[in-house]
Amino acid sequence: MAALAFSHEGDSSLSAPTHVRINDCNLHVATVNGSGSQTANATLLRAIFQMGVPVSGKNLFPSNIAGLPTWFTIRVNERGHLARTRTNDVLVAMNPETAADDIAAMGPGTVTVVNAGIPLPELPSDRTVHVVPCGKLVEPIVPDAKLRKLVVNMIYVGVVAHLLGIDAEEIDRALGSQLGRKQKALELNRAAVNAGLEYAREHLPPAPVRIERRSLTDGKILIEGNTAAALGALFGGVTFVSWYPITPSSSLAEALQGYLERYRRDPQTGEATYAILQAEDEIAAIGMVLGASWAGARAMTATSGPGFSLMTEFIGYAYYAEIPAVIWDIQRIGPSTGLPTRTSQGDLLSAAFSSHGDTKHVLLFPASVEDCYQYGMQAFDLAERLQTPVLVMSDLDLGMNVSMAEPFAYPEEPWDRGKVLTDEELDRVKTFERYRDVDGDGIPYRTIPGQRHPAAAYFTRGSGHDEQARYTESSETYARVMDRLARKHETARRLAPGPVIDRAPHAAVGLLSFGSTAWAMDEARERLREDGLETSHLLLRAYPFHPDVRAFLASCERVYVVEQNRDAQMAALLRMDMPDLAPRIRSVLHYDGLPIDARSIVERVLHGEREEVVAR
Amino acid sequence: MSTPANKTPSAAPAANRVGLTLADYKGARSTLCPGCGHDAITNSIINAAFELGLEPHRLAKLSGIGCSSKTPAYFMRRSFAFNAVHGRMPSIATGVHIANRDLQLLGISGDGDTASIGIGQFTHLIRRNVPVVYLIENNGVYGLTKGQFSATADFGTKAKVGRTNELMPIDLCALAIELGCGFVARSFSGDPKQLRPLLKAALAHRGTSVVDILSPCVTFNNHEGSTKSYDHVKEHDAPLHDVTFIPPHEPITADYEPGEVRQVTLFDGSRVTLKKLEADYDPHDGMAAMVTLRRAREAGTFVTGLLYVNAQKPAFDREVGMVEAPLASLPLDRVRPPRRVLEEIMEAHRSGAAPR
Ligand SMILES: Cc1ncc(C[n+]2csc(CCOP(=O)(O)OP(=O)(O)O)c2C)c(N)n1
Ligand code: SF4
Ligand SMILES: [Mg+2]
Repeated sequence: MAALAFSHEGDSSLSAPTHVRINDCNLHVATVNGSGSQTANATLLRAIFQMGVPVSGKNLFPSNIAGLPTWFTIRVNERGHLARTRTNDVLVAMNPETAADDIAAMGPGTVTVVNAGIPLPELPSDRTVHVVPCGKLVEPIVPDAKLRKLVVNMIYVGVVAHLLGIDAEEIDRALGSQLGRKQKALELNRAAVNAGLEYAREHLPPAPVRIERRSLTDGKILIEGNTAAALGALFGGVTFVSWYPITPSSSLAEALQGYLERYRRDPQTGEATYAILQAEDEIAAIGMVLGASWAGARAMTATSGPGFSLMTEFIGYAYYAEIPAVIWDIQRIGPSTGLPTRTSQGDLLSAAFSSHGDTKHVLLFPASVEDCYQYGMQAFDLAERLQTPVLVMSDLDLGMNVSMAEPFAYPEEPWDRGKVLTDEELDRVKTFERYRDVDGDGIPYRTIPGQRHPAAAYFTRGSGHDEQARYTESSETYARVMDRLARKHETARRLAPGPVIDRAPHAAVGLLSFGSTAWAMDEARERLREDGLETSHLLLRAYPFHPDVRAFLASCERVYVVEQNRDAQMAALLRMDMPDLAPRIRSVLHYDGLPIDARSIVERVLHGEREEVVAR
Repeated sequence: MSTPANKTPSAAPAANRVGLTLADYKGARSTLCPGCGHDAITNSIINAAFELGLEPHRLAKLSGIGCSSKTPAYFMRRSFAFNAVHGRMPSIATGVHIANRDLQLLGISGDGDTASIGIGQFTHLIRRNVPVVYLIENNGVYGLTKGQFSATADFGTKAKVGRTNELMPIDLCALAIELGCGFVARSFSGDPKQLRPLLKAALAHRGTSVVDILSPCVTFNNHEGSTKSYDHVKEHDAPLHDVTFIPPHEPITADYEPGEVRQVTLFDGSRVTLKKLEADYDPHDGMAAMVTLRRAREAGTFVTGLLYVNAQKPAFDREVGMVEAPLASLPLDRVRPPRRVLEEIMEAHRSGAAPR
């Protein structure tokens, strides 16, 4: 890449860079939380999307409402690699507090736009720094000083548009779709963008990374995982939601509330065909879900780490008393409060065995916004078919960041409410016993409270019970019920979504990933291939593991399980399930709270492979 | 139900208005200690439900954990039941009601279950005014874990092993009134004549109704020096009034002197008459109720009867705005929006017009 001259306001060389990279770059924007930078960043992201170039945006934000540093990373990649990367090509430094570190992190050949007034560190000459007087540029546009603070970020939108070659027209359209209804705000923001653009055209050379029109995003949508999950629940026929606010899950419940209010009212009376309650805490939230589900509603809750911990007693109850429930865990970094606004896959073990006693639960691992939508529906079917809690293990990265997807498909199948006996069916069957394994799959039949049939009623309890739901402390009965529950868990292997496998012929090395890690996987495999290492890949979609997972492990000499936690939790689950294949399992672990990137995976896999050679 | 022709009417057990006999309201044999106050309450529930002619399938029994919370197994065997975890029955009740607003909910709890581990859920149940009859079988101790003091243990009461309670009790009735509960009563397991009409009235109320029932634990809290022993409660019971329950459309038959009774009309048209004992007591006056409870505590007595009632309190359902039919009964086409809705939402996310 060409080294560019160090340039300052007014004396920049306007000549174009010699080596230019097209549609493959990272833009990093450092601002202050609460300064209105969200609109600015979303405008850039959307404009690039509208130019037909694949793009993703990740918000790295503090646990704070206003005043602390926040970063937004936009990745543009026409091959569709949209995971986070560790390095950036263009930096916008608007936050004096972090500017020195932000700028120091930029490598050779990069371009930094820095707000005038921010002191500059000493820098090597192969980094370009443009000092832009954002404040001075916005002053004539917005006389009101308070309002100015919210508009000033639009200056960098204009500057970046020039540097990267983003169409001014698309910027304008993106701005319009966001602020369309607020005419005054739209005018001000538009003027600020133009001021930035004009300034940059006059003073700054284009960056060595550029964006060119493509048609790779035609028809696609941009959506957050939590919004997608809410849509899934909406079309899955959710009737009851109970939740307690906690980042990063609140936006799921709030999106759902918005959709329900709008689309789930009786057209005649305006009455709701749902109820959503903000509970007093997560124990109450899950309790309400169990009560509603027991009484026949499709009920769900959404939470994150601390809230999930609070739910555990009831989750064990639901396992033992066999009550369906859908629980979304939008994972964040723990333990305890941890880093509440950073992403993680650290709740796997505590979810898989949530609650005391012998319990094991069904987990789903959405790996895309599309999965969030699909599991938003399927989790209900699965929970009702299996009569047990289904825990959907999303995370902050997937839940709160936008990504690209094909528009979601309308469900063609009706819902599946599992083995429910109506009064008419009770008339036909000779006997009804709530906890009898009639079909040999470990799944009993249930009735719904309110049914009039004299044989319908049963007693639900978390204490020892027999097939007829009667209280018992009999050791044999207890063990028999527990064995049946284990059988039911076996059934879940095939009812839950199976893995997606991409097998490379002759590859000895397998990679296994799940959830939001999937974004970095394609890219990592491509780079490994460039380095001469062919790999097969398995995208895990559920626990308990489908038989194909075992077959995959058995077909590889080594399998690197890539996960975003310290303790190799998924590897532990795999080892437990397939002890004979445990020696083949290696781990790639990432747990700094930032979304995993491809390079981290590549480096650790290659390191592992080198060790392998040494060991041999 | 008509009387079978081959039996003389006198031989057949009496049937109530829905054709069920008293036996139909019973449950499994109790496994509590013989003489436990909770069993007497169970008996009053059976009789009240029989006399009211409740349909078993329209009622769900809910409870937490404790000796008291076991009792739903001992009555109304033809009703569904949910014996939950310790202190969390209110959240179950809230969910059940939302799923099926046609179900009448009878919640059974203990003083440990309600006043300690469950006090948060108890207060929020009342705050939301979820329609549940919430009974506290109050013995001042944790029976099931063998006699530790609960948070309703009176100041100065002695434990069986000799410790004295140095903490002030939580008065669950005062708390309920403070929280705006629309039906608050206190009674005694040993006074079925008062308890039964109060239970019926509670069942006729539309929102949360709280009935705190003193219910001696014969095994761990029935000794000399305990303020919740049978003898002590009997001696210090200070009924506010004689309570009579009159179902809707039934005339009041008793003759009363003018000024001798107060009448309360409940949501479903049933009435409660309160015959004055020592002093006149107006259960519509929440302030007076608080003063009465406070005075009783200072005097070391238990005021029993209908402490507070507000039959007009807005219902929980109105706030939630649910459709008339139980949510659990809605078919797929009423809960899955049509294809064009998804298309509309997808278009918004394609163009960027979706609200962020
Ligand atoms: C989470 C939890 N903690 C503790 C217990 C143990 N426990 C069982 S019953 C009980 C107290 C019950 O007291 P109360 O509600 O007054 O019922 P009683 O037995 O007196 O009728 C306790 C602490 C439990 N079951 N669950
Ligand atoms: S221990 Fe006390 S509360 Fe429990 S059953 Fe025995 S007498 Fe009743
Ligand atoms: Mg007790």
